[in-house]
Amino acid sequence: MSTMTASPADWKDKKRYLWLLGVLVMGLPIYGYGLVQWTGLSLFWWLTPIVVYAVIPFLDRLIGEDNENPPDAAMTPLNADRYYRWAVAAAIPVQYATFIWGTWMAITGDLRWFEMLGLFISLGMASGLSINVAHELGHQTSKIERWLAKIALAPVAYGHFYVEHNRGHHVRVATPEDPATSRFGETFYEFLPRSVLGSVASAWELEKTRLAKQGSSVWSLGNDNLQAWGLTVLLYGTMVAWLGWLALPFMLFQGLFGGALLEVVNYLEHYGLKREKKADGSYERCQPHHSWNSNHLATNVLLYHLQRHSDHHAYPTRSFQTLRNFDTLPRLPNGYAGMILLAYVPPLWFRVMNPKVVAHFNGDMTRANIKPSIRDRVLAQYRSATA
Amino acid sequence: MGFAMKKWRCLVCDFVYDEAKGVPDEGIKPGTRWEDVPEDWTCPDCGAGKADFQMVEVD
Repeated sequence: MSTMTASPADWKDKKRYLWLLGVLVMGLPIYGYGLVQWTGLSLFWWLTPIVVYAVIPFLDRLIGEDNENPPDAAMTPLNADRYYRWAVAAAIPVQYATFIWGTWMAITGDLRWFEMLGLFISLGMASGLSINVAHELGHQTSKIERWLAKIALAPVAYGHFYVEHNRGHHVRVATPEDPATSRFGETFYEFLPRSVLGSVASAWELEKTRLAKQGSSVWSLGNDNLQAWGLTVLLYGTMVAWLGWLALPFMLFQGLFGGALLEVVNYLEHYGLKREKKADGSYERCQPHHSWNSNHLATNVLLYHLQRHSDHHAYPTRSFQTLRNFDTLPRLPNGYAGMILLAYVPPLWFRVMNPKVVAHFNGDMTRANIKPSIRDRVLAQYRSATA
Repeated sequence: MGFAMKKWRCLVCDFVYDEAKGVPDEGIKPGTRWEDVPEDWTCPDCGAGKADFQMVEVD
């Protein structure tokens, strides 16, 4: 399958209006409620997980991959087109409507337990998707978009992501030092606490160091972590004042679920991949072969091209609509939506992905990022296999 | 040198390129002006390109 590049003169972005699906998907829990009312079927409280875990992976199989890159001559106008900035920012009001409505419904709706569970998971998933919106905004350089990133992270209580992703993850990606890079042989359930706790600690240290250089305390208002977490305190506080204390555990747990959804995507993105260490102890620059990619169209339009991950790490401020596919990249067999289902079942994940990592390194596993406790065993196994 | 050395900060990860220091490890000599840094040079920490650097006031 080759990368297609259209002629620049009459090139049109076929995905232009599809990007609005990233906005619409934020309202899934509310549409589910509409379907419950319309059909009388309680099943639709679960519409969001049904769409994300079943419909999207199915569409990825059905529609398959989209390898098209915009022609070089179209890049500059495409990048400058303000429409694409709006297509991301518009997700935020929908996300807030869903969060406020969902929390209100959970407290006042008199729901049965399986309806409540469906609502809770639905809200958590919308929150998880909102971290992807914040990701796109947080990489932009305009002040307003960077603030919108913090606002998008408030309902999911994941404010440290704003700091850690750009200045931590992008610096240490595909090294054993990065909490958000998963290791060969590491299950998602081992990765999850390591990534969350490691990222929070790292975000705090980064701001402490930055503020110390300016002569400020880490506890000052200039701390981006405190600003972003402060928005969560403000939002949750307002909701509690309105709906009572019962709203608090509901909001916190949906946030945890949202965080776990972001982390399972982190788990996919760099599994087992590692940058070479140079003689002076520093790492080689992040190269395209240090990320797993997918061109599956359905997930890509929902996630603003997040799956064109190599190009993102090579050009972190490149806007989503201009991210490119390259033929030689490490490639996942399905979209992220399908791959997270595998990641939830470690034996299946290892069965599919471990051979891909081994093949990627041509059997030389000394170059892989391996879970330390099994490193010797893995090296011995593949040394004998390649010898 | 005729005028003051400047610093350029990576907008992605905060790495600072100091014209006075250059990056000798990568063959960019101390005193290399930002405009003389090769166009395909990228941030040593996060890989962002030159376009993602912004001039900062000297501390």
